Amino acid sequence: MILTNTTNYFGDLVSFLAEKMGIGGQILAYVIVAAVYLGFFAIAGLLLVYIERRVAAFFQLRLGPNRVGPHGIFQTIADALKLLSKEIFGTNRKDNLLYTTAYYLVIIAALVSLSVIPFSIGVQAYDLNIGVFFISAVSSVGVLGILFGGWGSNNKYSLIGGMRSGLQMISYELSSGLAILTIILLAGTLQMSGIIEAQRDTWFILKGHIPAWIAFFIFVIAGTAESNRTPFDLPEGEAELGAGYHSEYSGMGFAYFFLAEFINMFIIAAVGVTLFFGGWLAPFGITDTLPWQPLWGAVWFFLKVAVFIFFMMWFRWTFPRLRIDQLLTLEWKYLLPIGLLNIVLMAVIVYYNVLISF
Amino acid sequence: MSYIGDVIGGIKTLLTGMKVTGGYFFPSIINKKYIITRQYPDEPAIVMDRFKGEVVMWHNENNEHRCTGCQACEIACPNGSIEIIWDRVLNEETGKKVKVIDQHIYHLGMCTMCNLCIQACPTNAIMWSTNFHNSTYDRSQLTKVLNKPGSKLMAGVEE
Amino acid sequence: MKTVTLNTGDLKSQEYFLNMGPQHPATHGVLRLILTMDGEIVKNIEPDLGYIHRSIEKQCEYEGYKQIIHLTDRMDYLSSHINNEAVALAIEQALEIEVPERVKVIRTIMGELTRIASHLLWWGVMGMDVGALTTFMYAFRDREMINDIMEETCGARLTMSYSTPGGVMFDLHPNFQKRVKEFIPHLRSVIPKYDELLTGNVIFQKRMKGVGVLSYEDAISHGASGPVARGSGVSCDRRIKDPYSAFKARDIKFNEILFTEGDNLARYNVRMKEMLESLNIIEQLIDNIPDDGIQAKTKALIKLPKGEFLQRVETARGDMGVYIVSDGKKNPYRVKFRSPGFSNLNALIEIGKGHLIADLVAIMSTLDFVVPDIDR
Repeated sequence: MILTNTTNYFGDLVSFLAEKMGIGGQILAYVIVAAVYLGFFAIAGLLLVYIERRVAAFFQLRLGPNRVGPHGIFQTIADALKLLSKEIFGTNRKDNLLYTTAYYLVIIAALVSLSVIPFSIGVQAYDLNIGVFFISAVSSVGVLGILFGGWGSNNKYSLIGGMRSGLQMISYELSSGLAILTIILLAGTLQMSGIIEAQRDTWFILKGHIPAWIAFFIFVIAGTAESNRTPFDLPEGEAELGAGYHSEYSGMGFAYFFLAEFINMFIIAAVGVTLFFGGWLAPFGITDTLPWQPLWGAVWFFLKVAVFIFFMMWFRWTFPRLRIDQLLTLEWKYLLPIGLLNIVLMAVIVYYNVLISF
Repeated sequence: MSYIGDVIGGIKTLLTGMKVTGGYFFPSIINKKYIITRQYPDEPAIVMDRFKGEVVMWHNENNEHRCTGCQACEIACPNGSIEIIWDRVLNEETGKKVKVIDQHIYHLGMCTMCNLCIQACPTNAIMWSTNFHNSTYDRSQLTKVLNKPGSKLMAGVEE
Repeated sequence: MKTVTLNTGDLKSQEYFLNMGPQHPATHGVLRLILTMDGEIVKNIEPDLGYIHRSIEKQCEYEGYKQIIHLTDRMDYLSSHINNEAVALAIEQALEIEVPERVKVIRTIMGELTRIASHLLWWGVMGMDVGALTTFMYAFRDREMINDIMEETCGARLTMSYSTPGGVMFDLHPNFQKRVKEFIPHLRSVIPKYDELLTGNVIFQKRMKGVGVLSYEDAISHGASGPVARGSGVSCDRRIKDPYSAFKARDIKFNEILFTEGDNLARYNVRMKEMLESLNIIEQLIDNIPDDGIQAKTKALIKLPKGEFLQRVETARGDMGVYIVSDGKKNPYRVKFRSPGFSNLNALIEIGKGHLIADLVAIMSTLDFVVPDIDR
């Protein structure tokens, strides 16, 4: 089931400008779309950093940033400006090519992944028919950036961090892939908008009941691991490695890594929401009759993503870090077998149609 | 089966952990009284009465102090934070030479707040101040003269 | 869980050196460890000391006996009061003076509060070392209450210099008893929460259990003391073996916490339970503090008789010894401090080998050493 004739505001913009101004207009439209995404990237990244700091503060009985602007909301902008103005300071023994490509790779992987995420009805840069697969593929490019950074810094701590990151990403891609596959069995499509349409009557987390819940837990764990957050923040592991793979980066180089981590968290949450909680669909269709449908879609989407992200933050500020061998044990001895069994279970359930739907 | 038991037991401990942090998060987001940090320049710092901030010399309204220049504090100080410059001045009434301090120099940068000087002082001339705003741009500003300019010994302290 | 062994087969990997410290977040100060690593596995550990050496023992030879005390604050700054008490006790022992019972009780209460404060700080940092960042603030919230009690009575929060030969500097603040009585139930109520948050956590248990096992024999042969040795089943509590202050003057009932596993978790549990035992001790003393003065008669200039004097006390980190050699002058001929951290660091060399670097950090955290205490 591939949806073709749905609205896509970005697509409409491209075809509209292409009609008016020819090839120049088409290029202009692409630039506009890219600018919108870059703007979203920056704002979402900074906002997430702010929210993370605030949430962490309240978990730790502190207030967090509260000086710059009302409730400190401009604190991260000030920080970004500070990082922009800082000297790029690194070692002179670095492998220059890898060192400098590293953060671009990380940030490009995060940015490209954003392009297929449906923020609302028709608000999606590119409704690829293999959307979910595309995200899995692109997000594994990001790990290359971390590996490059770890290797290119020519620092032993960075190297250990980079290698840990490689181990972790390659392992947990499998589990998150399996969790996604489980849901795709239900949806019957890889297209993001198609997956959401398939949930119009019932969200997959309810429809798929037990296997969907198991897949969800696996997805959350693997997703947390892929975004390098506690309890899986071994690549940075500040108590052991100082700052891990980004030890030798300063100024914007560091900021790119930092922002990309938060955008990755957003992407994981967005994919999770799309797969399990119906994306931009309103619960029980309570806002379906109201005007401004794309706006309501965005509201529901971001609300769900916010809850998802809050839980990821809750994990971060509660759990201790795993050790590298325990990390691999968890993946290969627990998540992967459970995920494989789960996919069989889901196949059986879908085949005999033992699904819940309202 | 211990495998499934491990998984379920493990998840349970994780959830109890989250219950604790959540139990701190939600109250503190609603009510500021759970917040333990203080916004220091806005809210004044709580300083106890006995806080050993720096050594000061007490002066009364006539610019008189109680220091006789006996140097007990200088001897008691373990690291030479106190230096007293003194002189003998002829007292006209009694006709005797009396020890009078010129400068009671206190090196705050060297002081470890051990209280020995104040314990040693026989006339209670020096005491603790709770002032803790001691940062300066220049280390030389941490060398202080405790007796105010033009001050003199309070009458009756010598006895 | 034992040491991690990887079957490398034909793969050849080269061992390399890793400098951990002196500027490293996990070394709690300026300890430098030269690690020989094979991948992530630590093959050899060589501590390199001296980055915060201030020659305190030598300085003591130029100071009067009253003046030594403020130097001991700066050794193990987390149990500074107990260090002060050790020196004061050694001098009192040499002068053969009996301090008032009030002083003894005050010193013991203060010492136990210091021990709790030290263990609380350790607990917060322990969490941070294994990646749970929130524990730090929770522990500091409770430690702050002790610091306030200290500030109110002693005038300082960390380096109190509160004991003097023959007594204490100040009398107790009128609020002291009230505040301590508020603190005891508070800590009793939060420690179960902390157990839920960190101790029971499956990740934490897996990180701790069976890691860094220090055997009973090794604990003795390395001279380990305090919670490190008690985690290995060595009964070594100075408060029981040769009691001092109120432990001698009063009949205080408390248990020596002993675990026999010798791993990280045992050391962790010893400290967590010791906090509660310290609360018990304080509870037994706080209600009846006698009122017989805070200072025994001493001369203004203390001169010790010729001879050698040794006083051992139990600090938060273990067995702390003060050894004074006097030649009858106003300052000592030689002072030697036996610091618990130094011996416990020795144990690290033994038990850290063969573990992953993350485990090494956890082991260092459970050994709980303060680097100025090691270097002096």
